[in-house]
Amino acid sequence: MSKSTLVSTTVNGDAVEFACPADESLMTALRDRVGLTGVKEGCGTGDCGACSISLDGRLVCSCIVLGVEAEGRSIETVEGLSQNGVLHPLQQNFIDHAALQCGICTPGFLVAAKALLDRNPNPDESEIRYALAGNLCRCTGYDKIVRAVQATAKDMRKKGRS
Amino acid sequence: MRYETPASAKEAAGLLKKEKGAAFLLAGGTDLLVKLKMGIVEPDLVVDIKRIPKISDIQSSAKGFTIGAAVSGAELGEHAGLKKAWPGVVEAANLIGSDQIQGRATLPGNLCNASPAADSVPALIAAGAKAVVVGPLKKRTVPVEKVMIGPGKTSLAKGELIEAITLPKAEPRSGDAYLRFTPRTEMDIAVVGIAISLKLERGVIKKARVVLGAVAPTAIVVAAAARAIVGSKLDDKALDKLAAACSAACNPIDDKRGTIEYRVRVAGVLAKRAAKIAFQRAGGSL
Repeated sequence: MSKSTLVSTTVNGDAVEFACPADESLMTALRDRVGLTGVKEGCGTGDCGACSISLDGRLVCSCIVLGVEAEGRSIETVEGLSQNGVLHPLQQNFIDHAALQCGICTPGFLVAAKALLDRNPNPDESEIRYALAGNLCRCTGYDKIVRAVQATAKDMRKKGRS
Repeated sequence: MRYETPASAKEAAGLLKKEKGAAFLLAGGTDLLVKLKMGIVEPDLVVDIKRIPKISDIQSSAKGFTIGAAVSGAELGEHAGLKKAWPGVVEAANLIGSDQIQGRATLPGNLCNASPAADSVPALIAAGAKAVVVGPLKKRTVPVEKVMIGPGKTSLAKGELIEAITLPKAEPRSGDAYLRFTPRTEMDIAVVGIAISLKLERGVIKKARVVLGAVAPTAIVVAAAARAIVGSKLDDKALDKLAAACSAACNPIDDKRGTIEYRVRVAGVLAKRAAKIAFQRAGGSL
């Protein structure tokens, strides 16, 4: 066990401080110290994407980032997707298209899909599948997930919001 | 475990050098933190280089490009100038892992993890890339092919780290390409990887570098394969000679991803395809 370090960061727009040992993953720090349990642990080795977050605007697996690396950085998690109690279009479309079964992979898929739509508002199916290749769903609901992302892209282009 | 964020590469080198326990350098962490989690490594010290000024920058000059050691794969893919000059290097780096991995993974990380199947390494070697190695006392520049010496092993001394990767200016009428074969299209490790860089003169190949990955303990420069296509317009005869030279150079392992026989055969097939892409990128017509 290492000595804890105080880390000052921004999470979903709010200034957040937490203290964690140097060898603790950012995923664990976000779940157990900040209380953001939307960050899920699947594999813990960067293969499944359930712990996906945005770190300074980059999609990463928080299980292979150290908590201490987050000092001064800006983090966005699935908890930051809805605004004032209104679900993000991706969240609404995941519900409407039944794009989840057990739900463990869902936060990671939502964060990864948002990263895709932020840079490419009109992805084709193959681009969606490549962009979500780092997210595993063991209920194998991939088709419904892809449909939900396609529907969101269409909705968001229509409304012109991002 | 202690965690340090030095302000210069030299300071990082000093920290690594004087540590008596197990010291590791952290850039993207996509290999190190997996090994930490799995208990393969037990660091006493982790030196994070990402706070070093310019270490996350891609600088271009008349001589070429200097890519800082913390530049991620995603950033390489977004750099229009680099993509135009060295498309093979960028496509090789971008094949590594998922978008999540691309957000963190670095070229020196791929190189120093020293996997025989590292995707970016053959492309860097074919392009004539060099590693800028910083130690506690001095800095040296070494060709990328001199860095990896075996699976998991590099030629870097204790206390040395790669500060940047340099790529020469792409010559006129030159092109490079990287192809790999994997059982799955994404999130998999190369069974064979091949990088080819070539330069044309009046439609004929004047110079070429052919580098194979995943078919030997390290990436291998195949001089006979380059000779097979130099002086040609990449006709079928030259392509067959290229494929034969690549297959002959293989010294692969048998594993769940591919047998020895399969890897040897695929190396030749991929070589032909990669050569055609590099040739067309150089402005050649097939």
